[in-house]
Amino acid sequence: MAKEKTAIVATGQTHHRSSRLDVNGIELIHEAVTRCLEDGELTIDDIDAVVIGNMDHFEGINYVDTWSIDGSGAFMKPIIKVTTGGTTGSTVGHCGYHLVASGMFDKVLAIGWEKNSESDTTAAITTAFDPIWDRLVFAGAISGLAVEAMAYMVKYGATEKDAARVAVRDRKHATNNPYAQLRKEVSIEDVMNSPMLSDPIKLLDVCPRTDGACAVVFASEQYAEKICDRPAWIHGISAKHPYNYLGDYDWEDRLPSMQMASKELYAKAGIKEPLKEIDVMELYLPYSCAGLSWIEALGLCGPGQAPKLLWDGVTDMGGELPINPSGGVIATNCIGATALLRISEAAVQVMGRGGKRQVPDVNTALASGFGGCFWSDVTLLKSTKPK
Amino acid sequence: MNGVEDITIIGVGQTAIEREKPADTFADMAYEAVTKALDDAGMSIDDIDNIVTTSNDFWDGRTISSMAVNDAVGAGLGKNITTVEGDGTFSAFYGMCRILSGSYKNSLIVTHVKGSISDNIHITNGIFDPIYMRPIGLDSLNTAALQMRRYMAKYGISEEQCAKVSVKNHANALKNPYAQIKKTFTLEDVMDSRLIADPLKLLDCSPISDGAAAVIISGEESAKKHKNAVKVRGVGYCADAYFLGDRDLADANALDMAASRAYESAEIVDPLSEIDVAEVYDAFSYMELMWYEGLGFCAPGGGGKLIDRGVTEMDGKLPVNPSGGLLSGHPVITGGLIRLIEACLQVRGDAGDHQVKGVKTALAHGVNGACGQSHCVWIVGR
Repeated sequence: MAKEKTAIVATGQTHHRSSRLDVNGIELIHEAVTRCLEDGELTIDDIDAVVIGNMDHFEGINYVDTWSIDGSGAFMKPIIKVTTGGTTGSTVGHCGYHLVASGMFDKVLAIGWEKNSESDTTAAITTAFDPIWDRLVFAGAISGLAVEAMAYMVKYGATEKDAARVAVRDRKHATNNPYAQLRKEVSIEDVMNSPMLSDPIKLLDVCPRTDGACAVVFASEQYAEKICDRPAWIHGISAKHPYNYLGDYDWEDRLPSMQMASKELYAKAGIKEPLKEIDVMELYLPYSCAGLSWIEALGLCGPGQAPKLLWDGVTDMGGELPINPSGGVIATNCIGATALLRISEAAVQVMGRGGKRQVPDVNTALASGFGGCFWSDVTLLKSTKPK
Repeated sequence: MNGVEDITIIGVGQTAIEREKPADTFADMAYEAVTKALDDAGMSIDDIDNIVTTSNDFWDGRTISSMAVNDAVGAGLGKNITTVEGDGTFSAFYGMCRILSGSYKNSLIVTHVKGSISDNIHITNGIFDPIYMRPIGLDSLNTAALQMRRYMAKYGISEEQCAKVSVKNHANALKNPYAQIKKTFTLEDVMDSRLIADPLKLLDCSPISDGAAAVIISGEESAKKHKNAVKVRGVGYCADAYFLGDRDLADANALDMAASRAYESAEIVDPLSEIDVAEVYDAFSYMELMWYEGLGFCAPGGGGKLIDRGVTEMDGKLPVNPSGGLLSGHPVITGGLIRLIEACLQVRGDAGDHQVKGVKTALAHGVNGACGQSHCVWIVGR
């Protein structure tokens, strides 16, 4: 059976802003695609197939695959759309990987995008949930996250200041990333004193709404090293979407979907001590407290031990395992692109193309996606070819 | 061949297609289709290692539309899952690639839609450019009318020739237990039916429908010996330009390309002779004639003569839509996957009263976008 070794060989992203009035959606996509092709010294003629994703109800465009052709370059090419909410970007990335690994295509362009300035984000997200049971109670994204944060803090004694430390880290890292939306450092006090949105989540704990797009080229072994001198090889993926009703979710158990996904991924890739064996992580952390409980779900430390890891600087640039050198989601959240940006940034780190945000000597990188009803996707990339 | 010769379809399931299923939620319909597909394959959900759901936020009126069916298809059991937005033939292609990648053995593909609670005009208006196209009121009906007019003008096709497709497919549907509209119509009935968007008349148009469908695709060696095993011989898909003005709507260039890819893999040189039955995306009567041409059953402009000669009738050389097609029931998103299911049933000899004799090779076809902008073609066989 066909099984192609597959690598990311080129990446591109827009300069992300809260509102990109200078471009429409198709032009935004085109900006990311053009930069990606330039990164790989490719032309659109080199691309065999395209996969694209976003969340329809944000921009109100139906059939985005067929609408996007002039921006994606998929004219007279195969294109499909995949979409799973916040995890859309990782779903797009995983699809790009599968399409190349299948042997059906050699070079696949994967695109995630969102123009949140054209959306009523919370209203749209609210429609994801069951109209009878969940919509009336848990409107939008932030309310569920607030419950999760509160449950973690109560059970493990973590504080709002511990959570703020995550936001301080990501916002500091974002100053190194020329593409990030929020490129201004904030202090613990700034976070603590920012307006309360949904207790215990305050304004500076949480991601912004962003206009942005990301594009990535996946290539088969035959082409990967010809296009990129240090490709980022895909060593494993996992996608766990086990809940659909917020009422079913186990609020105290630190993102069970991430525990399931990372366990499966580590088993596939032979990773036993993630903190030691992984060099950098790009995580979809849409708000600060996720940077505590979810890294426990990833097995970086035991239950309730994440705050110490944060305060010790283990996850800062220069630490043992830097998390979100790009500034992550708290600095930029163009939703359909966000989880693909994590994969793209992880690939950039493996390729050694991170510039000021580069972590030295990255051989192994992990990217995550988050969305839907507390769903998790993970992707592992390495500088070495899979066996 | 890219390894597709190792892929088999071993389970199919579909709900009855109905104008309205008031008792069923999205999840109820998906669960019924999945249960039938698992029963058909003689499998349990434990045998499935990954799932591809298929839905559309606009048709479902809810974003992250997969959330409405995830429980019903087994996502709660922690299986790896993804969602394709578009026609089921495209999601089945992705489900096949997930197996070919070496990641999985058995993919469950599920589609659902409830046209009964959807607003077709506004939802399909949402396909078009919001600045230049939506304000002039484009939707799936009036753009199809434009395409039909252009097709008739360019190739001298008559309204009667288009109407013959409707007569044929509705007659075929009488023998399909899953079809929604089971009624005999004459050519006069079609020609005299209410004008919807000139030159489209009511019986040229597919109806509004509710329905779900599921297939199980396997890459396991043992699946090749499964009693239901239908081999995948080739798949291709391709998209044309977006703005209607950028295309000559009379020609299905993207279908031509998609079919070429599928035929190349399946080593088909003369589709009219080598394919025994075809299930194509006849959302409107004229489309079936256009798709004959795009699929290479005849030369461009030859669709009218093909139907005149009865080539695509049940007793013709290449019966098209023995199930009755979409004209007899059109759950969007699900539509193409039902075409694939029907093609598999024909190859298996399990199509019941609408079985075509001696089918070795069958074609299934799905569409995304307005006026057939993006096409997916499957060739399956013994």
